[in-house]
Amino acid sequence: MAITFKVNGQSHTVDVAPEMPLLWVLRDVLDLKGTKFGCGISQCGACTVHLNGTPIRSCQRRASTLNGAEITTVEGLAPDGSHALQRAWEELDVPQCGYCQAGQLMSAAALLARNPNPSDEQIDAAMNGNICRCATYLRIRQAIHRAAELTASDNHSNKSGASR
Amino acid sequence: MTTTSTVDRRSFLRVTAIAGGGILLGSYFKILEPAEALAETGAAGEFAPNAYIRMTPDGLVTIIAKNPELGQGVKTMLPMIIADELDVEWKNVRIEQAPLDTTKFQAQSAGGSTATPTNWLPMRRVGAAARAMLVAAAAQTLGVAEDELTTEAGVVKHAKSNRSVAFTKLLDKAATLTPPALDTVKLKDPKEFRIIGSRVPGVDNHAIVTGTPLYGIDVAVPGMLYAVFQKCPVFAGKVVSANLDEIKAQPGVRQAFVVDGGTQLTGLLSGVAILADTWWLAENARRKLQVKWDEGATAEQSSTGFAAKAAELWTQPPHRTLRNDGDGGAAVQGAAKVVKAEYSYPFIAHATLEPQNCTARFADGKLELWAPTQQPAGGRRLVSQTLNIPEDQITVHLTRTGGGFGRRLNNDYMVEAAAIAKQAGVPVKLLWSREDDVTHDFYRPGGFHSFTGAVDASGKVIAWRDHFVTFGEGQSFAPSAQISPSEFPAHFIPNFTLDVSLIPLGVPTGFLRAPGSNALAFVMQSFIDELAHAAGKDPLQFRLDLLASESSTAPTLAGEPASRPGGPQPGGFDASRARGVLEVLRDRSGWGKTSLPAGTGMGVAFHFSHRGYFAEVVQATVSKAGEVKVDKVWVVGDIGSQIINPSNAENQAQGAVLDGIAETLGQEITIENGRAVQQNFNTFPLLRMRQAPPVDVHFHVTTSSPTGLGEPALPPAVPALCNAIFAATGKRVRGLPLSKQDLKWT
Repeated sequence: MAITFKVNGQSHTVDVAPEMPLLWVLRDVLDLKGTKFGCGISQCGACTVHLNGTPIRSCQRRASTLNGAEITTVEGLAPDGSHALQRAWEELDVPQCGYCQAGQLMSAAALLARNPNPSDEQIDAAMNGNICRCATYLRIRQAIHRAAELTASDNHSNKSGASR
Repeated sequence: MTTTSTVDRRSFLRVTAIAGGGILLGSYFKILEPAEALAETGAAGEFAPNAYIRMTPDGLVTIIAKNPELGQGVKTMLPMIIADELDVEWKNVRIEQAPLDTTKFQAQSAGGSTATPTNWLPMRRVGAAARAMLVAAAAQTLGVAEDELTTEAGVVKHAKSNRSVAFTKLLDKAATLTPPALDTVKLKDPKEFRIIGSRVPGVDNHAIVTGTPLYGIDVAVPGMLYAVFQKCPVFAGKVVSANLDEIKAQPGVRQAFVVDGGTQLTGLLSGVAILADTWWLAENARRKLQVKWDEGATAEQSSTGFAAKAAELWTQPPHRTLRNDGDGGAAVQGAAKVVKAEYSYPFIAHATLEPQNCTARFADGKLELWAPTQQPAGGRRLVSQTLNIPEDQITVHLTRTGGGFGRRLNNDYMVEAAAIAKQAGVPVKLLWSREDDVTHDFYRPGGFHSFTGAVDASGKVIAWRDHFVTFGEGQSFAPSAQISPSEFPAHFIPNFTLDVSLIPLGVPTGFLRAPGSNALAFVMQSFIDELAHAAGKDPLQFRLDLLASESSTAPTLAGEPASRPGGPQPGGFDASRARGVLEVLRDRSGWGKTSLPAGTGMGVAFHFSHRGYFAEVVQATVSKAGEVKVDKVWVVGDIGSQIINPSNAENQAQGAVLDGIAETLGQEITIENGRAVQQNFNTFPLLRMRQAPPVDVHFHVTTSSPTGLGEPALPPAVPALCNAIFAATGKRVRGLPLSKQDLKWT
């Protein structure tokens, strides 16, 4: 069936089986390889993307439900890597193998969008569904705090810039 | 399935940018096209003194990373060593991943924590040789003696005349010089290192956080089909028949066929390949697949059967005695205390987060493979032998790998992809589902140890016997199921017996991060803990005392390395280094000085493996209902004189410790009816963020040559946690995982 939806701000129409999961529409139809396959049963979070701003497991979301949806993938977080989380991830050298990090970043981005300054407990609660097989959790936690700082400081300089 | 209209421009460019060779990889996938970059002669204006370095007049220094990157940081670390000795600025360095080319790069593998010890000097020399040529070129240009010149950050300086010349101005001249013999070049004084020893982020980090294709699973080749491959749930079972016609009629399916396989567990096994337009269509069709299997001779094997067999073997004389020092029987007779205990541990899976995959293209007798593998040369050899394609007709591109942990030292997925592509006549990307991965791993083998230990009235260990029931047949152990006759505490206890009995096994086993050690540290360091408590001693001091009791009279056995364990020098066990990390650990962890509430305890363990000495303290809390929470871990490691990249070193040590904790808490592969019961992360749990405690890492720098770090921090974490549980509850953990133990206390 033909489905029209937006990915990272761009409109796409794809003709796919209605039950094909969004993950595979992204990877194999639209050639957006940033979103990863880990388990296929919503256990690992490697396939996390945003649907209308909410983090979802794209391996569980059928294509037939996507008409009119707005999807954001890691490629759309900030293509130049300027999102505070991407900067923090690079600054703190978070990745080991790196395979889960797209999903980690998307879960973290959704967290920071609704809670700009989360506590450790809030971070753990928001991130517990994302597995990192290399166990970079300590740095992920640290980098989310760092991204919160970076965002606050960006906002501060934007505000002071505007007031001038 | 088709795509219509608005494919976004960026991905359109990606999939259509085909340069010359016709590989649909696009210019963004640079790591797959470095072959041209390796010409040692170099283009005009370039200086390419060896297979690793290419310097261009624009100031860029391209360094080739030779080994597979799986998250251990080697793609950053080895080039750091070259760049430091070359004396260029890291910001001007670009890294390219080498393809498999053992003529140029010799060993290109990732395993055994070997990259640092085997490459430390060679990579320094590679950089220093190029630097020496630039200095020689500068000497000619400036008309001065070479020994009056120094270098700094890409510039040659002549202090006497206050002149300097940039490397970029010397490239033409340097390119005309003969490279010096590598073993003659002068190396930096370590005090002068500027890149080595600094925190350098991973070179692929930017690509990772922006979702750039990097991994094997991201490879796309023009005209390729996506494949799934269904093997028999019982290992090496064979396809008798399958409903191929029905499968071929499923949406999007282009081909379906039986692949013939052998009986060698590490090789190509029989199965059904389904090829479709997308991977999901192939996977979806697989749900309809019905196969009649010949399950073979191992379909009766089970974990409970293995345990029953081990209990039976313990009552019988051992199949072999690997070591028998002193007279254990007499020592036990005269002992103040005798402790007997039986330990076991389960099979466990690797579960790399990127499932096994490989892309293959076979045309005109030539095979091209894109493989996330730890051992590309082994994969090429396996493919060559299985499919009868000469090795020189096989090209292997190394992709970034979404985790290895030893799983990808085996190359079954490579030979499967190659066989399917050859049979199908089209390029194929084979991708395993998670269920394929968990049920067709090369598992860490389970094992069973029956111990008898004895201490004298002074609390000294006087006898130790281990009857180890493991897997294998005749004289052969199953992969990773062996034990060294030198395994600690051999040589440190005067009456020491190591007996072994073997159970034949039809389950594939292999190398899991710190193979052997990840299980042996658990049983050895747990039983040592039992002896410490029997002796009424502090467990940390007890270990220090044991390490001080090395026997000068214990015989060196036939086949035992003169330096032991862990192979020839510089891997020989040095008890003073083990004591060193334990002593530092005592201070850092507050051992013996911390007052803890009921249900909370500290446990200690140390282990030597992969040339590294690690001692760890775990603090854990056990609820009265028996739930375990790890509160904190302290790690002290001695991996020699230089931590090459402290950022990655900390990452590796923390990751290895948390990996060990994950294994301990809940991981088990159960064999029933010859097959793995667990299939995915809902039954094979990986660690989650809430379970990750703070891990304090300290490297105790010594004078020894630097050694590797992918593995040796893992083994002590397992017994340190179990010993902490004993301290917290009085319950001794003699079987894993913890989720299967009754840890309730009152």
